[in-house]
Amino acid sequence: MSKKLLLGDEALAQGAIDAGLSACYAYPGTPSTEIMEYVSQSEIAIQRNIHREWSCNEKVAMEEGLGMSYSGKRAMVCMKHVGMNVAGDGFINSAITGTNGGLIVAAADDPSMHSSQNEQDSRFYAQFAMIPCLEPSNQQEAYDMPQYAFELSEKLQTPILFRLTTRLSHSRADVELAGTANVQNDMHLPENPSRFILLPAIAKKNYQRHCEKQAEFLRLSNESPWNRYEDGPDHKLGILTSSIAYNYVQEAYNGKCPHPVLKISHYPLPDKKLARLMQECDKILVVEEGMPFIETQLLGPLGNAKILGRLSGALPRTGELNPRFVAIACGLPTPDLLSASELMKIRPPRLCKGCPHINSYEALNEAKKQFPDCKVFGDIGCYTLGALPPFNAISTCVDMGASISMAKGAADAGLYPAVAVIGDSTFTHSGMTGVLDAVWENSPITIIIVDNYTTGMTGGQDSLGTGKLEDICKGLGVPADHIKIITPVPANHTENSAVIAKEMAWKGLSVIISRRECIQTLRKKKKK
Amino acid sequence: MKSDLVLAGVGGQGILTIAAIIGQAAVSQNIHVKQSEVHGMAQRGGSVVAHLRLSSDPIASDLIAEGTADILLSMEPLEALRHASYLKSDGVLLTNTTPVVNIDSYPEMDKITAELKHFKRTVILDGDAMAQTITGSARAVNMILLGAVSVFLDMPSEIFIEIIKKMFARKGDAIVEANIKAYKAGQSSARAASQG
Repeated sequence: MSKKLLLGDEALAQGAIDAGLSACYAYPGTPSTEIMEYVSQSEIAIQRNIHREWSCNEKVAMEEGLGMSYSGKRAMVCMKHVGMNVAGDGFINSAITGTNGGLIVAAADDPSMHSSQNEQDSRFYAQFAMIPCLEPSNQQEAYDMPQYAFELSEKLQTPILFRLTTRLSHSRADVELAGTANVQNDMHLPENPSRFILLPAIAKKNYQRHCEKQAEFLRLSNESPWNRYEDGPDHKLGILTSSIAYNYVQEAYNGKCPHPVLKISHYPLPDKKLARLMQECDKILVVEEGMPFIETQLLGPLGNAKILGRLSGALPRTGELNPRFVAIACGLPTPDLLSASELMKIRPPRLCKGCPHINSYEALNEAKKQFPDCKVFGDIGCYTLGALPPFNAISTCVDMGASISMAKGAADAGLYPAVAVIGDSTFTHSGMTGVLDAVWENSPITIIIVDNYTTGMTGGQDSLGTGKLEDICKGLGVPADHIKIITPVPANHTENSAVIAKEMAWKGLSVIISRRECIQTLRKKKKK
Repeated sequence: MKSDLVLAGVGGQGILTIAAIIGQAAVSQNIHVKQSEVHGMAQRGGSVVAHLRLSSDPIASDLIAEGTADILLSMEPLEALRHASYLKSDGVLLTNTTPVVNIDSYPEMDKITAELKHFKRTVILDGDAMAQTITGSARAVNMILLGAVSVFLDMPSEIFIEIIKKMFARKGDAIVEANIKAYKAGQSSARAASQG
């Protein structure tokens, strides 16, 4: 046994390694990135040669994880919440095939959207796929649960969704470690291999079996050590809470809550424990991080005045919780707060000094002056900051790869010129497929790939298309004389904007690769 | 022992380095730690904040409730003001004075200083200038502020100095010495300010 200060993400990674992990698959995304980062630097992962390379997107990662599971070994697939939308196809169907080796799908949600486009709650995905979901409430549980999750996955032949949220993923605490790691599974193929062939005839049987398993999932949830009923003398109120929200309840009452508390960390919701709380308490306060997932299930379509939570107004409907909100919802006194200073000015994030994206946007804005009707479709990455002053350069930012497909759709509608701006890593994640559509129809769009050789926003992870972007574009069928390479430095400003303007004027598909290394990764390399 | 610290600054200023050192020191003393950090988009030159909680007893929440922090440590004056609502009424507001002016219409410094002085226990240091004088570079400002905040933490100085030694060992004795000097200067300066 030893103690170590670990982020929630790192505790999960160490827990999975110690539970006999054979492979981690992931695409970087805040707040999940540090899971894979930890595995890739872990000495034991290196010794054991645990798979620890980044995948090009979450769907690929999910399918790689399922292949590892098919082969009998334990795999973990990690992503941020919106990555679940990308992985969705493989994820939902992995519940129908079932697993062989243990399979954890770790999704890190970002309520309050610190670094995201929405605050979707991954527990809905577990419910949708009808699989168990584990949700640690602290770093120690994040470390302890993977062992349980892998055993559960292998026993029930089902993937397990492991849900984290920002404040657990990115908070450090002292964690007690086992100091030893389980032996990894040997390769062994499924006893009934046909269950991985989702032809309708087989899928129907699998789905029937999956439905029959639900009673067992529920029984285990009722018996789960992670779902804890803590009785209290005052039954005027019962508190139903999950994940880190449990800690805020503990904080509010200084660890001495007078009311019964049901802590949920294992779904489906344990009906027997829930029924007890409902019967014994006059009112129920639901305290959960993320969307009102438990609360809506308790309310049902007809509602119930006994249930308080985010929907009743006891807690804010949106955004992450904090100890103050929870104390107020519990009816406890909180200190008066200072009003914000009148001097206060917001300080939004911005592109780093010397960032190549600055020069790319300056050249693009210059070129746009000749085309007053031009619209620029943006994408997900540091360059999304091109939406802010002084650039005000992009009109949209929706999801990974949407720049190219939206530009093409707008061009279909007659919008001209339609420009897409996308990073190199986002391009290989989900941009390439949109290019193929544009090639098929020779759409008059101009795609600018801002290639900085890295996945910048999440801290500089490998970008799998590095060195291959021209060939990828050529291979997809972009005309070779309309693939241009520019170097975004101030000295090339006039030349670069002329290249962009010329391609915008051409009524066909072109790709401009604006290429210079991210100054953050460059700086890190120089330090080494 | 129980201490709740809010650390504020601008992305890239190194509040996580300070938090990590205090966290390590606490763990070595068998003190429980919870430290909530900011990663991702917000790190790029925007305002950032970390919560650091230390206690001899187990800690429940990763976040500090507004109005209850014992200490607000800020690398930057406007950021000190931004997060001041976290402080309890007799909490310590400890801030560096060098502004990071990366926004339009940055408020006038004397107005900011005047507001900061309204707090019951304010320690204002020109950490950048102190680091420049002592080490020849403003980079050691982190160590100045670490030294300053150590005055308000119930932990022996030797532990912090040990961690600084380990942290900079790779860079040679001269750098280690310079950083320890910066740490000690921050410490004496905060001591003088809090007594005065």
